[in-house]
Amino acid sequence: MQLALIVLLPFVGALLPPLLIRAGRNTCATATFLVTLTALLVLLVQAPAVLGGEILQFRLEWLPLLGLDVNFFLDGYGFLFAGLILFIGLLIIVYARFYLSREDPMGRFMAYLLLFQGAMVGIVLSDNILLLLIFWELTSLSSFLLIGYWNHLPEGRQGARMALIVTGSGGLSMIAGMLLLGQIAGSYDLTVILSQGELVKNSPLYLPMLLLILGGAFTKSAQFPFHFWLPHAMAAPTPVSAYLHSATMVKAGIFLLGRLWPALAGTEEWFYLVATTGLVTMAVAAWIALFKDDLKALLAFSTVSHLGLVTMLFGFGTPFAAMAGVLHIINHATFKCALFMTAGIVDHETHTRDIRRLGGLMMLMPVTGTIAVVAAFSMAGMPPLNGFLSKELMLEAAAHTDWLGSHLVVGILATVAALFSAAYSFRYIFHVFIGRQRDDYPHHPHDPPFGMWAPPAILVLLVVLIGFFPNTIVGPLLAVSAGAVTGGRLPDYSLALWHGITPALLMSLVATVGGALLLWQHRAGLRLRSCFWRPEAKAIFEGLIELVVAWSRAGTTALQNGSLQRYLAITISAAIVIGYTGFLGSSLEPGTRAPLHAPWIAVSTWLVLVVACVAVVVLHRRRLFSLIVVGVLGLIVSLAFLYLSAPDLALTQISVEVVTVILMLLALNFLPKETRPESGPGRRLRDGIIAGLAGLGIAAAMHAVLTRDFSTISDYHLANSKTGGGGTNVVNVILVDFRGFDTYGEIIVLGIAALTIFALLDTALQGACGRRLMAWQADQARSADRHPMMMVVGTRAMLPLALMVGVYIFLRGHNEPGGGFIAGLVVAIALLMQYMASGFAWAQERARVDYHAMIATGVLAAGLTGIAAWFFGWPFLKSTYTYLHVPLIGEVEVASAMGFDLGVFLCVVGSVMLALANLSRIGRIAEHLEVPEGPMDVDPSKLIDPAVVPAAN
Amino acid sequence: MELLISSGVGVLVASGVYLVLRARTFPVIVGLALLSYAVNLLIFGMGRLVIDRPPILSLHLDAYTDPLPQALVLTAIVIAFGMTALIVVIILRSFLETGSDHVDGDEEGRLTELDERSGR
Repeated sequence: MQLALIVLLPFVGALLPPLLIRAGRNTCATATFLVTLTALLVLLVQAPAVLGGEILQFRLEWLPLLGLDVNFFLDGYGFLFAGLILFIGLLIIVYARFYLSREDPMGRFMAYLLLFQGAMVGIVLSDNILLLLIFWELTSLSSFLLIGYWNHLPEGRQGARMALIVTGSGGLSMIAGMLLLGQIAGSYDLTVILSQGELVKNSPLYLPMLLLILGGAFTKSAQFPFHFWLPHAMAAPTPVSAYLHSATMVKAGIFLLGRLWPALAGTEEWFYLVATTGLVTMAVAAWIALFKDDLKALLAFSTVSHLGLVTMLFGFGTPFAAMAGVLHIINHATFKCALFMTAGIVDHETHTRDIRRLGGLMMLMPVTGTIAVVAAFSMAGMPPLNGFLSKELMLEAAAHTDWLGSHLVVGILATVAALFSAAYSFRYIFHVFIGRQRDDYPHHPHDPPFGMWAPPAILVLLVVLIGFFPNTIVGPLLAVSAGAVTGGRLPDYSLALWHGITPALLMSLVATVGGALLLWQHRAGLRLRSCFWRPEAKAIFEGLIELVVAWSRAGTTALQNGSLQRYLAITISAAIVIGYTGFLGSSLEPGTRAPLHAPWIAVSTWLVLVVACVAVVVLHRRRLFSLIVVGVLGLIVSLAFLYLSAPDLALTQISVEVVTVILMLLALNFLPKETRPESGPGRRLRDGIIAGLAGLGIAAAMHAVLTRDFSTISDYHLANSKTGGGGTNVVNVILVDFRGFDTYGEIIVLGIAALTIFALLDTALQGACGRRLMAWQADQARSADRHPMMMVVGTRAMLPLALMVGVYIFLRGHNEPGGGFIAGLVVAIALLMQYMASGFAWAQERARVDYHAMIATGVLAAGLTGIAAWFFGWPFLKSTYTYLHVPLIGEVEVASAMGFDLGVFLCVVGSVMLALANLSRIGRIAEHLEVPEGPMDVDPSKLIDPAVVPAAN
Repeated sequence: MELLISSGVGVLVASGVYLVLRARTFPVIVGLALLSYAVNLLIFGMGRLVIDRPPILSLHLDAYTDPLPQALVLTAIVIAFGMTALIVVIILRSFLETGSDHVDGDEEGRLTELDERSGR
């Protein structure tokens, strides 16, 4: 549990800083500090057990079928890293409190920092490698936020993006590698994998798996040739650089190399891939660092170089080298973090990081200067500091390593790299702090407040103490952590400043003296450097990105050119290809179901359908005509439903047909009445082929289905419709009971569609749309008798009858064809008739119903009926029924589902009316029609000649 | 009968697809209407073709056609109306906004019919 707590604390704590920043910057920083401190204390409580060689575990099943579980474990190696992350995190928080200016949003910074910290601790404590991958990606994401923290600076954004792309793509490769590793080892738990070393190394998948995992580790740890993102990530605030590039982010790749060392290391492939990459990175980056004028760039390349050093040591594959690598991880974290902090102080105080504008700062800022000089000497590998210890071990290991049969090449290159390393370390000292004091600093420097120099001072104290008393300070920790890396095969070693005259000491001497000479001849070195070809990594990277963007843009515009015609053609063609592939790939035997006899009336109706379809395709430019044909086709479809035992469907189809045609007529009023010929013959042929293939495919597939027998789940519905749902119309019972939840969703969709229509039309009178509407002139002759007396009188007389029919259809719906949907459509049509007869304005004035409220009432009624079932302890929408005795009528069955059906009814009436009434309202406004005084254009009572009236009397 | 229904659906699909691929909005809507007829018939047909056996429980019948596809198609018809209404209004609005009833919403360098008619 405590292990999970260490990981969880920073994530949960990340909520605090953004909230507490309102209470001030100190409160915010203190809260962040306390969160990290608590996590560190929980970790330290485990120290006795871990140093005693125990492996602590925490296991929680998450997705066991995928092999993804929340499994943590803590051994010496994980303890070392978690300790570094949390301890240095504490120092960074203090430093950042004083580094960030008032304008910088500190709450956000601290939250990002804690997120990153949590992700890092997650990586180093994960037992399950899939869980590790999740934390791995989280570090990429949270470091993106940290590097791009100053998001107003283009460098910050570009650097963050580059880091994300490089480490993110590495992460993808890592995922593939880890999956392979899990497959090979038969488990995703590290504790199992690490004990399967022989199995993993002998697997045929070893090399691809190794390459993929190294792809992830090398990008994260900025190994050559993926090193270029790290210097650009220096656009981050210095606390971020100090944290990410000393102890955390870039160490994640190194961590993984060490973590998987027992399972992967020791093969030839491992040696040549890892050790060579590390060696090259170490030498090349040290050379580049020597000539960087930006303090942080110098430290960035030196970080790359030192990461290369550790990578090389792990790559050697010997327990001794691995132990040296672990020791250097500790040492590098201490001195490099301190150096970044001093670089930040120099930048903060002098307002520049350009080495050419600095020098002689020792007298002006003695405290900072002392810290920086000690840390830099450690980086150079000077005794008696801790950098010397690990560099000696490194040279010792390098001196005893053969590379392709050569005894010398590794040793020489390592010495050269150490020489460059000494040179740039000396440059950091002599070109910045020592030398003549200047009078042209951009800002006159002095030592920063205590809170800013205390964190690097603590680190430098460690640098010195480890150098003098290595066995006391880090001895036990090194033993357990190196022991965990080497799988218990700890070599004989002694940590001491003096081992006598050894090859390593001589190499070290050469490196130090050579480094000093090289710095003395720095100008000559610069000239030498200008002779080499120096590829600009950023330009290459951005060129690559541009290329990828150009490709994807070409691909996107080829597919997505904004033409609906093209999208539809592609989509339908794809569906045709998929459909035909499936159809032709299956057995094409004829079906065995007995076919149904086709009477002559069915054949003739079929003929009408085919003729109508052909007519609508040929004559589709005449829009009114095509609309009439749609009506005819709808009628044929409802006839088919009627004939084929679906009376409910026939009723629904025919009433929907009416409202659809009215709706399209209303819309067509504003649209052009003809479609101009536009497509050329080629386009028409293409569309014809697509359409023909689609029709043929559907027809064939449907015929194949219809001629085969099937099994259905409807027997249950048929058997329980009367006994369970209380109705004999099984379709209606399915709608309001068995699948009531479906129907409930559907009426909500219908209501939303109607409200959207209202929103689209209600605002249509504004802007360009409104101007066009007001300038609109009818393009068709209008009847002089727009509201004919016959129709007005007829519809008025029909209204109560039609409403009664609606009620009847509603009531009988549970047992006979009918129900809420059909009744709603019938009532809506009856009301629409009034609008058609007397015009929108006249009818609307007399309609005292708010259609919005009707939709809402309908949805609520349906919902409440469903909820009512809860009070009886039944599930949502379960219905019941009873019999009521009504005088005169007799026994009447009342089902609770009726309340639901009433909701359906109201929603359908409301939706249809809201849509159509608003469409006709727009029409009235656009035609600038006056609200007529009466229901008819001609008032019959005024037609009577007054002169005749007395005579009639 | 099976052949009639399936070929009828095929013809509806073919004409619907052809119309959906046109360049102006109105034929596209007509095409969608034809496609929704076809799809409704197709789903309905999954319960196979049966005559004189409506799924209304009665003492005179001992077998019924499959009610489930019917229930599905019934709501599908109503929803199809809702969607058609929405699309009709969207194309109407886009026609009024842009002055063009091209499916891609614009025609460069051409006075649209509506603008011509309103004398602008």
